[in-house]
Amino acid sequence: MDQPLFRLLAALSLACAATPVAAEEAPLIDGGKLLLTNGVATIEGTSGGGLATWSTIAGRATDRGIGLSGHITLIELPDYGWQSRGVAIGIANRIELSYARQNFDTREVGTALGLGRGYVLNQDIFAAKLRLAGDTVYGNALLPQISVGVEHKRNRDAPVARAVGAAHGSGTDITLSATKLLLSHSVLVNATARLTKANQTGLLGFGTASDDTHRLQFEGSVAYQLSRRAVIGAEFRSKPDNLAIAREDDWWDLFAAYALTDHLTVTAAYVDLGSIATFDQQRGGFLSAQIAF
Amino acid sequence: MFLLAAALLMQPAAEPPVDWDKEFGVEEKVRDPATGELPVDPYVQSNRNAGATPFAGTAMATAFGGQDGIRRIAHRTVELSEADPRIAEIFKAHDMVRLKRTLFEQFCHILNAGCDYSGRDMASSHKDMGVRMRDLNALVENLQAAMREEGIGFAAQNRFLGKLAPMSGDVVTR
Repeated sequence: MDQPLFRLLAALSLACAATPVAAEEAPLIDGGKLLLTNGVATIEGTSGGGLATWSTIAGRATDRGIGLSGHITLIELPDYGWQSRGVAIGIANRIELSYARQNFDTREVGTALGLGRGYVLNQDIFAAKLRLAGDTVYGNALLPQISVGVEHKRNRDAPVARAVGAAHGSGTDITLSATKLLLSHSVLVNATARLTKANQTGLLGFGTASDDTHRLQFEGSVAYQLSRRAVIGAEFRSKPDNLAIAREDDWWDLFAAYALTDHLTVTAAYVDLGSIATFDQQRGGFLSAQIAF
Repeated sequence: MFLLAAALLMQPAAEPPVDWDKEFGVEEKVRDPATGELPVDPYVQSNRNAGATPFAGTAMATAFGGQDGIRRIAHRTVELSEADPRIAEIFKAHDMVRLKRTLFEQFCHILNAGCDYSGRDMASSHKDMGVRMRDLNALVENLQAAMREEGIGFAAQNRFLGKLAPMSGDVVTR
């Protein structure tokens, strides 16, 4: 063998050695997020804290993978039973696409409202969220993860919504969220601004004939991390009060979430949803299971 | 048989053995007999290379069991990562003796337990490693496991991670 070939081979081998040493090739569904940093599903199917939407991206994928999650949530109130079921996909920890179906069982109230006993109000929510900047855990400690979201809600009982005074059977919310885990205090803080016309998140339709504008609302969450797997917190969510026939109150909750495994998180909460369709003091229990990959 | 004989006949005459290292321009690095570390290119040493302002006071150093506890955590973090299939490949090509020492020094310096950091800064020490966010999270989990084994309270663990987390931009390859 002559020398030039040697030199070429040597150069090639050096070039290979200088290539970045990548870790084991990561699978597409990489499941690489730190526990609980994907949040838990909200009743609207977005990732967040249960009632409030956060800037988190659903699923456990990091910046090169795809994450999946699904949830079932039951809210047991004095006069109503509320279910939310949904799925979400997180792409490269950048984009979240979600779908949720809400079923709101009016039980005896259905009789009082003339809908019939146990009449169930249903709603579909198609949502997308885009992470604009920052990271919940890493980077500048003062720069939160910021995301913008859109939630398109389609009430499947539009005639009922119109009967109670709503202008529309469907509507679209816009959210802007900022979330940061303040590691120095083990505290996660979230603030979300929401533009919405929704009456009771849309279960009673959107807007009214006399007032058909988007209202600016606020969602705030504070959570304390007890361990890698456990977190407790409180949330507040303001709501518009559009309908003439029934007062609508702001919401708040106290929650505890626990990651039973890397893929299964259970959230329990005490929720105060105030007055719903003239029935006051709807305070009760919230139980949610989320599976995430 | 004929083919074998022919093949044998076609072998060239014995040549002197080739020094392949010389041919490829490979310089063999020799571990320092005292420290056991491989030599590195010179760089300017500074505590600023640690990448974070140390904690004030001694509370964090005490919570981490002083230098002995911090050394066990740093070494254990490296050992767990070497054995972690998610990120072992990244560690394989590097001097683990030196990493254990410099990681200890960095932790010790940031926790204000009385050490100077003699390693390189985070950007140059992680350059071309191809570290991804997923890898960084795996390392954090290993550090958390090491701290847990050492009995460090979760709030103190997080306070320490709070000093490390802002360095992610220098560690992760975009």
